[in-house]
Amino acid sequence: MASETLSINHNGYHESYLEYQGKHKGIWGWLLTTDHKRIGVLYMISILSFFAVGVTLGFLIRLELLTPQGTIVGPQAYNEFFTVHGVIMIFLFIIPVISAIFGNFFLPILIGAKDVAFPRINLLSWYLYLTGGALVLLAIVLPGGAPDTGWTFYIPYSVRTSTNLIITLVAAFILGMSSILTGLNFISTIHRMRAEGMSWFKMPLFAWSLYATSWIQVIATPIVGITLVMVIVERVFHVGIFDPTLGGDPILYQHLFWIYSHPAVYIIILPAMGVISEIVPVFSQRTIFGYKFIAFSSIAIAVFGSLVWAHHMFSTGISDTAEFVFSLLTFLVAIPSAIKVFNWIATLYKGSILLEPPLLYALAFIFLFTIGGLTGIIQGAISLDIYLTDTYFIVAHFHYTMFGGTGFGFFAALHYWFPKMFGRQYNKKIAKIAFWFVFIGFNTLYFPMFILGWMGMPRRSYHYLPQFQPLHVLSTVGSWILITGLIIMFTNLFRSLLKGGKITKKNIWGGETLEWQIETPPTFENFEFEPKVFEAPYEYKQNEIEKEEVK
Amino acid sequence: MEKIKSNSDHEHGYGLYVLVWLALVTLTGLTAAVAGINFGKLSIVVALLIAIVKSYLVLTEFMHLKTEERTFRIFIFVALFFILISLTLLFTDYSFYTR
Amino acid sequence: MTTQEHAVENVHRDDIRSRMGMWLFLFSELILFGGLFLMYSVYRYMHQQDFSIASKEMNTFLGTLNTVILLTSSLTMALSIAAIKKGKKGFSIFLQIVTILCGIAFMVNKVIEWSHEFAEGNFPGSSILANKPSGQILYFGMYYSMVGLHGLHVLIGMAIIGFMTVFTIRGKITKDDYVKLEAAGLYWHLVDIIWIFLFPLFYLIT
Repeated sequence: MASETLSINHNGYHESYLEYQGKHKGIWGWLLTTDHKRIGVLYMISILSFFAVGVTLGFLIRLELLTPQGTIVGPQAYNEFFTVHGVIMIFLFIIPVISAIFGNFFLPILIGAKDVAFPRINLLSWYLYLTGGALVLLAIVLPGGAPDTGWTFYIPYSVRTSTNLIITLVAAFILGMSSILTGLNFISTIHRMRAEGMSWFKMPLFAWSLYATSWIQVIATPIVGITLVMVIVERVFHVGIFDPTLGGDPILYQHLFWIYSHPAVYIIILPAMGVISEIVPVFSQRTIFGYKFIAFSSIAIAVFGSLVWAHHMFSTGISDTAEFVFSLLTFLVAIPSAIKVFNWIATLYKGSILLEPPLLYALAFIFLFTIGGLTGIIQGAISLDIYLTDTYFIVAHFHYTMFGGTGFGFFAALHYWFPKMFGRQYNKKIAKIAFWFVFIGFNTLYFPMFILGWMGMPRRSYHYLPQFQPLHVLSTVGSWILITGLIIMFTNLFRSLLKGGKITKKNIWGGETLEWQIETPPTFENFEFEPKVFEAPYEYKQNEIEKEEVK
Repeated sequence: MEKIKSNSDHEHGYGLYVLVWLALVTLTGLTAAVAGINFGKLSIVVALLIAIVKSYLVLTEFMHLKTEERTFRIFIFVALFFILISLTLLFTDYSFYTR
Repeated sequence: MTTQEHAVENVHRDDIRSRMGMWLFLFSELILFGGLFLMYSVYRYMHQQDFSIASKEMNTFLGTLNTVILLTSSLTMALSIAAIKKGKKGFSIFLQIVTILCGIAFMVNKVIEWSHEFAEGNFPGSSILANKPSGQILYFGMYYSMVGLHGLHVLIGMAIIGFMTVFTIRGKITKDDYVKLEAAGLYWHLVDIIWIFLFPLFYLIT
């Protein structure tokens, strides 16, 4: 094997995937690539572009809310802003961000494979993603106006609105297809392409979390796909399935929408949890505490997460029995989530901590996600939820879990794997400065929303009562700090791509998983030899020392 | 190179397929004939039971699930479980609702 | 062995992996219909009488005939794979074409049924249907949505099998490498299974 692969190279050694020239040259070598690493980079470029659009809209929403009456735009534009902000941030950013970028790039490497199971389908799902994204943008610029229903497209307004809703629904459907194809690719990869010796319980935890995520993607996404298609059918043919004037039940739409969209929350958060499970042991140089518990809690979250959807509907008039059942099941999801948090903390305990930028983001993840999770329990209790539903409390809650969770998980992954992906090191000092801006800005932006919600400020409202203004101003100032931090962070990373110090060291953080045993940046073939795995993924020297002490 | 794996170690004769087809057509006739009889609430149960038997035959014989890896059979239970549990939970609302 | 082509194609062939991908795709298809089955079950539960009355409009004979046609096509599909395994290329191609012809017969029957319903005024947006109770509107709404989506899958399935026939003729599907045909077969059988459930749920309500 080795002698064969060596002769592929022009200079006697493996070429980096960034320089590899295959059948297609130049830009086509990227646009027609089936290499999982290049597809990961393609996703990174496109997802970050949409993220920039989403952030801009969020910035404008906060700017509008600076004063109780109109500030910069009218109410219709405001509705369109928060709808498109939601659609972009959820379907184009937060759902694919970690699994599509880092899952594609690192899953095959982590399990010792050459590529994903179906490389061409992998490229297809990137094109589907791009098509969906383009349609979302098209719906904004076409005459008729951007959709103004909110990202949930609730019936009956979504049947009545005259805005470009159909294009957005088609976009969401196509993005769902992209998500399904990525999911089935990852499941097949994990089942069939693990390296010799890589048994299920020697897999890195990021692979476990992607496995659970992929199952939700394959199983739950089609439900929202067909539901959104039915909204289109309803608008075009008036079949009556969802239209209450023809006998349809609008609440049924909400049921079906959340059968997917609640599990989607776990599609979003599980990969981030996987990232944290990778980073925490590396930067405390200890084996992960409770490996099997973390692995199985990913599966448990995927299972329980599929059974709790109606907690989004406590105030819609669903039956008392349903409210009771769904409230109970909701509380159960807290258990596997807490298992993970406790295990991460136990891993950090007595570790030799290296406070590098990835760990900073990971710690922020644990802190912010815990706040997000605990406020979720508050809303899982029906008596409180009836009072808090549709207020800023829920806005704060899901920004803490989605952005504070997955957003920070993404930043952590970015700072952890970026040097490996591009062979360049960023400026760590600037990265830490950026972190504090992002962290402080985030809390200044979203924490006041908990208080606003508790005081009764309704979400999605264009006007508000004057007594809410001080907290709104504080929140808007927070958005400025956060965006400043994001600009510093991404400028630092981008600058390092061009001018950062080149690194060729294989293992810059002292990680024990397979990606740290290959070249930096990885070669086109990933592994020089077919890897054989003998050890569990997180065997550190620290453990040896501890074992000695016990003796 | 890894050994090329396929189904070929389980040769199906043409005859078995034709038998399965005969069973499927018979069951179709049965379900249409039985539909004329009014079992009350049981009618849908009977119709669905026959449909399940037919799908089972298609899955195991035509789709080779019988000789396929065990993983595949676990997979299909995951998918069916998801549908069934969704249906059950959906009816915690619709069986008791007062809207 | 040392060309760059080799480097790109150097993934071990693994038929189980290919079929696993196909099965996972089928699950997502199954659940796509599953969403519609959930809607159907809720509305049927809410409007039992109306669903029963509306279903009397259906032509049970054509429905049964279509079931038999689709089951037969499933048989020929399974036989075509058995034939290629035995190296009988010509017979396999013949059986694939019969499968496509069955699909066409199924669609022709559907057109006859739908044009009959349209003539009766039982179509979405018609004033005749709009005056009926909402349960019957919902029955026809579900009928057209589910059977329509199923019909779309039949058309796609026929197209896929058509490609497979071309591949078989050109020798890309052979005795030793037929996983593509198997995948197409799996898709076609899934379409059959969906119909096995649609038939009693729309035609045979007492």
